[in-house]
Amino acid sequence: MKLVIHGTASFFKTPYSPLTMSTVASLKTTPLIQVHKKLGGKLVPFAGWQMPIQFQGVIHEHQCVRDGVGIFDVSHMGEIEIRGPSSKNLIQKLMTNDIDTMQDNQALYTLMCREHGGVVDDLLVHRFSEDHYFLCVNAANTEKDFAWISKNADGDGVTIQDTSRETAQFAVQGKHSEALLQKLCETALNEIKYYHFKKAKIYNFESIIARTGYTGEDGFEIYMHAGCAKKVFAAILEAGKDFNIQPIGLGARDTLRMEMGYALYGNEIDEKSKPLEAGLSWVIKLGNADNFIGKSALAKQKSAGNKRKLVGIRLRGRGVLRPHYRVLKNAVAVGELTSGTFSPSLNTGIGLCYVSPECAESGTELEVEIRKLRVSAEVVKLPFLPTRVKKN
Amino acid sequence: MEIPKELLYTLEHEWVRVAGKNAVIGITHFAQEQLGDIVFVELPEVGSLIEKENPFGIVESVKTVSDLYAPTSGTVTKVNNELEAKPEMVNNEPYGAGWIVEIELADEKDLASLLNSDAYTKQCQKEME
Repeated sequence: MKLVIHGTASFFKTPYSPLTMSTVASLKTTPLIQVHKKLGGKLVPFAGWQMPIQFQGVIHEHQCVRDGVGIFDVSHMGEIEIRGPSSKNLIQKLMTNDIDTMQDNQALYTLMCREHGGVVDDLLVHRFSEDHYFLCVNAANTEKDFAWISKNADGDGVTIQDTSRETAQFAVQGKHSEALLQKLCETALNEIKYYHFKKAKIYNFESIIARTGYTGEDGFEIYMHAGCAKKVFAAILEAGKDFNIQPIGLGARDTLRMEMGYALYGNEIDEKSKPLEAGLSWVIKLGNADNFIGKSALAKQKSAGNKRKLVGIRLRGRGVLRPHYRVLKNAVAVGELTSGTFSPSLNTGIGLCYVSPECAESGTELEVEIRKLRVSAEVVKLPFLPTRVKKN
Repeated sequence: MEIPKELLYTLEHEWVRVAGKNAVIGITHFAQEQLGDIVFVELPEVGSLIEKENPFGIVESVKTVSDLYAPTSGTVTKVNNELEAKPEMVNNEPYGAGWIVEIELADEKDLASLLNSDAYTKQCQKEME
């Protein structure tokens, strides 16, 4: 048995690529690295970090989040804090979504684009006040984002700080997450609405608790000082015993986000992609008076019309989809998968693919080339599963 | 880690159970543990020839795709069709219900190059270091 790489996705290599001494030395670790080892986590290099890809097994962990509650250490994610009277203007200038209408304690999903419309990153903006925000960005993009934000700051009236290394982040996701966290927190968590957050103490440690996530389930993302991380993580695991909480690795994080059809930076969107084709027009506010970097390029793309559209693809029989598999219609290639995996909920392969608009209709019959075989598949409406986030 | 005494092994973590002129082939406990949840197995056709050290099938976990290498040459006499619906049997019972193919050996002398359980145990220990 030998691991073979069909396609070139970096995610593939991770479960098996041996952690040699030299690679380990150059990888960053979260405050929980020893805890993960003790919990039986299988550690792999990911975006420059040594991260657990799985503990008990991807499918078990996936079901645990879908059916109950799980906790993810996502301390590899980057945090950038922006303060000062010009904060709002700077963020509005950088972001495609509407920053102006944000309220205090609100979070917003947005893109940050280049002049030509390519995506620097997709991220969450959190507003403490008009002159104080923090951004949660992709681990692999943190330095690039920081440089881009700094470059576009007009100098005075704003300070920009990369607080990633001193910040730990956990995601507690699943229907029991509120009841579980409430055991450790005096602030009423049911008052935190979807895409809002509060500064609150959890297990007596200062933290930011946001009702956000990347799984499609109700849940929270919690930010705190790295020095408290071990204690808070242990307290959540302990309090979660009643709910059968499990630690969840990056493997299940990927299958959970895939079932929701959520874009992953580096797969669906990157510097070269056209975000309007990715189904992200809902976070690109071209109609607003405010200008943002990339607006005119994106407006031009919009009026020219999309040549492609990101769709969900599901195998009709059993199998697994992988990034870069070719997709065909009537034996003619129409695209290749940007992401692909096995969906534990649907028990077969699912993927995301840019196709021409005439292939984008739900139910369109397609074939995916899996090694030498062409396997029957169809276009399905996203998300693959109904989301259960608490939109109230 | 389970490594039955009566089986033969390869460095690529396949096992072979010889019975007369036939041999059943699967992947080891160590292999399935390394791969994690197995969700798809691609099997050869009955009657096809498999050739020592060449790929004859594929095992996919959620995150990995692995070639199965033939421990020895022969003609496929049976395949474990139940793996189509229940690939997780390779995880649950790698030496039992999770077997993969049965072949008729082309040449029993080929078996001489396979590892016994002691040699295979050492190999696994080496890989875990």
